[in-house]
Amino acid sequence: MDATQYLIVGSSHAAIEAVNAIRLHDAEGSLTLATKDSQLPYSPTVLPYVVSGRSSPDRAFLRDDNFFARQKVDFRRGCALSALDPQRKLARFADGSEIAFDKILLATGAAPVRPPIPGLDTVPCHVLRTLDDATGLRAASGRARRAVVLGGGLVGMHAAENLVEAGQVEVTIVEMNSQVMGGYFDATAAALIEKAFAAHGARLLTGHKVVAAAPAGQGAVLALDNGENLEADLLLVAVGVQPDLGYLNGSGVACQAGILVDDTMQTSAAGVWAAGDCAQARNFFTGTNTLNAILPAAAEQGRIAGMAMAGDSDLKPYRGGVPLNTYRFFGHHALSVGNGDAPPGAEVMTRLDEAQGRYLKAIFHEDCLRGIFAIDEFFDGGVMWELIRRRIDLSAMRERFFADPLAAGRELMSQHWR
Amino acid sequence: MGNACNTITFNAAQCDGCGLCMTACAETKGSARIQVLPAEDKTYALSLCRQCGDPHCVSTCPTGALTKDVDTGVIAWNGDKCVDCLLCTVGCSYAGISLDAQTRRVVKCDTCDGAPACAAACPTKALRYVTTARIYNEVRDWEDLFAPGLSGCQGCNTELLMRHTMRRVGPDSVLATPPGCVPGMGSVGFNGLAGTKVPVFHPLLTNTAAMLAGVKRQYNRLGREVTAIAIAGDGGAADVGFQSLSGAAERGEQMLFMVIDNEGYMNTGMQRSGCTPFGAWTSTTPVGPESRGKSQDAKNLPLIMMQHRCAYVATASTAYMEDFYDKLDRAIQAAKTGFAYLHVYSPCTTGWRFPADQNMEVARKAVETNFVLLWEYTPGQGLRFTHAPDNPLPVTAYLKVMGRFRHLSPEQISHIQNKIEENSAFVTSLAQSAAAQA
Ligand SMILES: Cc1cc2nc3c(=O)[nH]c(=O)nc-3n(C[C@H](O)[C@H](O)[C@H](O)COP(=O)(O)OP(=O)(O)OC[C@H]3O[C@@H](n4cnc5c(N)ncnc54)[C@H](O)[C@@H]3O)c2cc1C
Repeated sequence: MDATQYLIVGSSHAAIEAVNAIRLHDAEGSLTLATKDSQLPYSPTVLPYVVSGRSSPDRAFLRDDNFFARQKVDFRRGCALSALDPQRKLARFADGSEIAFDKILLATGAAPVRPPIPGLDTVPCHVLRTLDDATGLRAASGRARRAVVLGGGLVGMHAAENLVEAGQVEVTIVEMNSQVMGGYFDATAAALIEKAFAAHGARLLTGHKVVAAAPAGQGAVLALDNGENLEADLLLVAVGVQPDLGYLNGSGVACQAGILVDDTMQTSAAGVWAAGDCAQARNFFTGTNTLNAILPAAAEQGRIAGMAMAGDSDLKPYRGGVPLNTYRFFGHHALSVGNGDAPPGAEVMTRLDEAQGRYLKAIFHEDCLRGIFAIDEFFDGGVMWELIRRRIDLSAMRERFFADPLAAGRELMSQHWR
Repeated sequence: MGNACNTITFNAAQCDGCGLCMTACAETKGSARIQVLPAEDKTYALSLCRQCGDPHCVSTCPTGALTKDVDTGVIAWNGDKCVDCLLCTVGCSYAGISLDAQTRRVVKCDTCDGAPACAAACPTKALRYVTTARIYNEVRDWEDLFAPGLSGCQGCNTELLMRHTMRRVGPDSVLATPPGCVPGMGSVGFNGLAGTKVPVFHPLLTNTAAMLAGVKRQYNRLGREVTAIAIAGDGGAADVGFQSLSGAAERGEQMLFMVIDNEGYMNTGMQRSGCTPFGAWTSTTPVGPESRGKSQDAKNLPLIMMQHRCAYVATASTAYMEDFYDKLDRAIQAAKTGFAYLHVYSPCTTGWRFPADQNMEVARKAVETNFVLLWEYTPGQGLRFTHAPDNPLPVTAYLKVMGRFRHLSPEQISHIQNKIEENSAFVTSLAQSAAAQA
């Protein structure tokens, strides 16, 4: 049986950052990286661009074999973890092989959720999480005439835009909530996004649910809660993600929606860490453990986990996840950093230029920035993230800050973390 | 081992916010990637990519469009791979990569491929492009000729000088280290083992240059090419050992005589030497009701050596390593045929009384105030300055960073300032007459 000091499972953002962090501290310790995918590392975030053709599938990789050689990593593709025994420090893979480890990092990400819609399992449908999904969807979008996207979140909207841009496809987005992108933007911002989609010919059905699905010809017919039937020769399901943790059955590692971790990304089991979309770590605002399935959080958690595994004394505990995202649609950009709810006592400032389609919103709470959101206005997202996490007092300069968050943010940065 | 990289540095104290760096950047790159920002108390701060060692823009890039080049240190942006998702702008907490309003793509500093327009345009030298990395990358590959773990005081720069110098001089050498901090740190070794990988000997304070001259002549007689090098302290060179030093220089013996000047007999308990400056506290020039530190001025040993018309004479400082290295190379060359003299100023953390992490800063302040002048001399070309501050700071900027001058009266300070003016006028006149003759 193979044995390794560090075993990392998964080959995406959290895993790569962990490799870097381990190697900064321990240049030699044996390190094995095993991933289910058969490809070099790539990011799920790049997939919409693979679908659109902007990124070619053979150039979408995050790192090449050189990276693993340089970092002295035994990189194994096509190795899906199927069971974990934290007591005996053994990992079993789908092909029956086993690897003994001293320390393991679970960085297996998340998988698309399949909503419990009667009949959905009987119709052909696409999801978007792997490179194979993306090339499959790209091929299908060339043939499709009537596409339906279930879910108006980031993934659904990206894919819907790809389909619209692909040409002769009639695209319908069905979103159960009253607005799209509810995780990151308020109704005003969402309206600007929805307007752009409508202008490009997409149909948006917000506030509606698909209640049943049935096969029809090569595609499907979907029944909506208002009685309408939608025909689809291409169906994309993008209603959210959730970690697929079957490999933890019987392991005793504590999980809820994701794997529960402390502020060093350690799980309830000694020698076992988890990071990225599969981990349920502290939320900056609530202090409780929540999923935060975004790329920057995966990278940060991976880095922390790697440092903890290698025993790096420079490790600073996780400050807690903050929701953030950037979103490009039809040439516009949208930025979202922080929490969109306004608790009692919060001050909300907004500025809308409907003609230009520009929008800015900031939420202040207890003298500090809580969230800042924009459509076609630019600020440094990383600076805003720091302002929030450092809880920097903005009470004296709120107006000035809101008037020009780019300049004010940089000024604050130079005073606080230079 | 990692690679050292050249870097753009910013000294806020020298920035007057003129903005010429931004204009230069915009002219070169189409839009400014550098920004000077007003900060507290009428000072300025910079927003510019720091080319981080552990870059978070790279870790948040989903396409592999951003890559850290480990050779140049620059984080490169590949516009063909970038999909304009802007996640890098969230990853960076230093506003080092941001959206360009015109192109609607991200832009970041690429150091203009090693010739940054901003630094070239900066009139106050607040922005500089520091290329000292070259030294580290070269030196790294040369053999270290000292035993690991020399026992210097914390923060002393002498170990750095010893190791750098001997790596550069190389293994075909004979080293003389007369009594002082250098053997005290272990050059001659401990417990019967030598502290170096080259022949080393421990002459008397009085006869270093004489002994080394004899050793070198014997090697010449045997037909072996070796560099004869002495690393001595200022006491051993300027006072006790001066007659043999002066004699060897006058005879043009083939050697490199390097003096590490910490302005006193620091190794034996911080007694004054001929190189101790006026007013300085030492254990033999105490501060009390009668004595107020040293009451005489230092002798200027490098100028005295220049008067011997040695093949090469230079002064150097560890705050200016590139300058030091240029001079070391020339001194090694000159020592093949004649007498080369290199005088390096070495702030003494213990004897001068400043915190152990301030050595380079003290060395730099000495140069910025003209307390120490950096120049070199050859008989053919005369004397020339190698690094002269445009606007020298008042000497108090130097005196206040250490304890040995803390007691000075205003009269003593103005004596020191006058001495600096006098000395710098004298050396300037030498440089001017050399330039006039060229
Ligand atoms: C279409 C799309 C668009 C997105 N856009 C954005 C965006 O704009 N901004 C943003 O912040 N985030 C975005 N995300 C989310 C972002 O991609 C993820 O948060 C991020 O990739 C999480 O990284 P990770 O390392 O935790 O896991 P993942 O990237 O999910 O990688 C998981 C890895 O584990 C491997 N694996 C899984 N199961 C096993 C197993 N049992 N055994 C071995 N290996 C296994 C997989 O093969 C993969 O290599 C997007 C996601 C998608 C799908």
